[in-house]
Amino acid sequence: MSDGTGCLRVGLHGTLPAVGTLDRKDFAVGGIEPQGRWQAAAFLAAGSSSFADFLSQAAPDLLPRARHGDGAAGVVPDVPHGTTIVTAVCDGGVVMAGDRRATAGNMIAQRHMEKVFRSDEYSCVGISGAAGVAVDMVRLFAVELEHYEKLEGRSLSLEGKANRLAGFVKANLGGAMQGLVAVPLLAGYDEETRQGRIFSFTVDGGKYEEQRFAGIGSGSLFARGALKKLYRDGMSAEDVVLVLMQALYDAADEDSATGGPDMSRRIYPVVATVTEDGYQRLADDEAGRYADAVVAERMQRPDGPAAPLRSDS
Amino acid sequence: MSMPFGYVSPEQLMKDKADYARRRIAQNSRSCVVLSCEAGILLVTPNSSRALRKFSELYDLIAFAAVGRYNEFETLRKAGVRYADATGFQYDRRDVTARGLADWYGQLLGSLFTDSPKPYEVEIVVAQVAKTAADDEIYRITFDGAVGDERDFVVVGGLAERVAEVIKQQYSASMSLTDAMRLAILALAGQGDGASEPLTAGQLEVALLERERTHRTFRRITGPRLEALLAAAKADGEDAASPDVAG
Repeated sequence: MSDGTGCLRVGLHGTLPAVGTLDRKDFAVGGIEPQGRWQAAAFLAAGSSSFADFLSQAAPDLLPRARHGDGAAGVVPDVPHGTTIVTAVCDGGVVMAGDRRATAGNMIAQRHMEKVFRSDEYSCVGISGAAGVAVDMVRLFAVELEHYEKLEGRSLSLEGKANRLAGFVKANLGGAMQGLVAVPLLAGYDEETRQGRIFSFTVDGGKYEEQRFAGIGSGSLFARGALKKLYRDGMSAEDVVLVLMQALYDAADEDSATGGPDMSRRIYPVVATVTEDGYQRLADDEAGRYADAVVAERMQRPDGPAAPLRSDS
Repeated sequence: MSMPFGYVSPEQLMKDKADYARRRIAQNSRSCVVLSCEAGILLVTPNSSRALRKFSELYDLIAFAAVGRYNEFETLRKAGVRYADATGFQYDRRDVTARGLADWYGQLLGSLFTDSPKPYEVEIVVAQVAKTAADDEIYRITFDGAVGDERDFVVVGGLAERVAEVIKQQYSASMSLTDAMRLAILALAGQGDGASEPLTAGQLEVALLERERTHRTFRRITGPRLEALLAAAKADGEDAASPDVAG
């Protein structure tokens, strides 16, 4: 075939390298990434819709788990630890609250730490344990949910979110064995059943659905006691916020690692609700009003509201 | 001078591939309109599928639009989401920008165009909404990796030039959402693919990067909201004495 330029032509396929050679192309970001990372082939691959899976291919060192694995066993640095998170189902959704303290050994590392996070429009996560590990886990989890949503055009089911988070907890098992234990608590609004649901996790990757209310962290033992006495089925979101505030107060009362409302600095627990209308974090002054009410009551009765002695009274 | 058997000059090779891509895109696509207005950046295209989308969210303020072969632009869309999420995860959400994404797409498509036997039959748009329409960013990336910085609006696919001409005549940056919708419909209806049938809600894919929203600004406009917007645009259109084209 002559094309008028005197050259012989072959089909388009004749002179070009195969698509596979694209694997060797490197798309560095901002020119600072070393060779071999952020390869185009990983981005173009027909992979799963999981962000964590993608990172494990394209940039495994960004994954939280890459940090652990070869550290000296048994040597746990005094890193900040988060403490108490409580959550309870309310009418049409779920409420979660966390104190603001992080401790490193016997020191207070943070007075205003945020331990309750929005993971997506219909779920939130509270964290306890080694703060750095836990915050990393939640960050990855939030991107994981959004990534799936964007790629698939739909959100994960609440059950799916819980399973995914369980996977992340399990991925930290190596870190947990070295003492960097981080455990989340997931609460969300289930769009299918139209109600709030709670999932707790264990370091081995166990996922357990909780009924009515749950708590994690060092102060949760005491918070649960309060919740058992104060919680009623079908409570409004406002009432549940108050119940959780009372429970956190009791936790701070007994556990030195849990911070009570800091009246002088105006630092109050982080409170989030998840309902049909989505995730909402209570504004600080609003959380302050609940905390003020609880503290004012405790001035009169330091142990808090008295539950009736008999169920029928 | 003797040439080795099978020699094709680089000029010819590139021209053939470009012609092929250009022809296939024009044949196999209908125009996508991306225009910035008061409410944000509006994206409109005729698309009767409810599952196979041409518009998508890339990141908080950034949208993706594409024409051409679905499987190819879907691959690019996913690649873009991965790039945006990975960048945002590594740095901060604010560090994911349309310019960065457009550059990256340019490199990617440029490389695919040079290296692979068959060029991608796609043309894509990356748009980022800002506080004001003047600061909106719209980039067009062609099948060979060329990146264009567009002002105010862009049309890709189908009879893009004809559609763009209509918009150019009536466009103003302070347009309301309804006016922008009316203009998009007007321009798309005059594409010359058969009679200029008024486009109905079921035949359109519409999305908006909402200027007033915080966090994730991308919203699809579907169902009753789209019906209402079309009705308002139609009422507007009748005032403007062009009832035959506003659906």
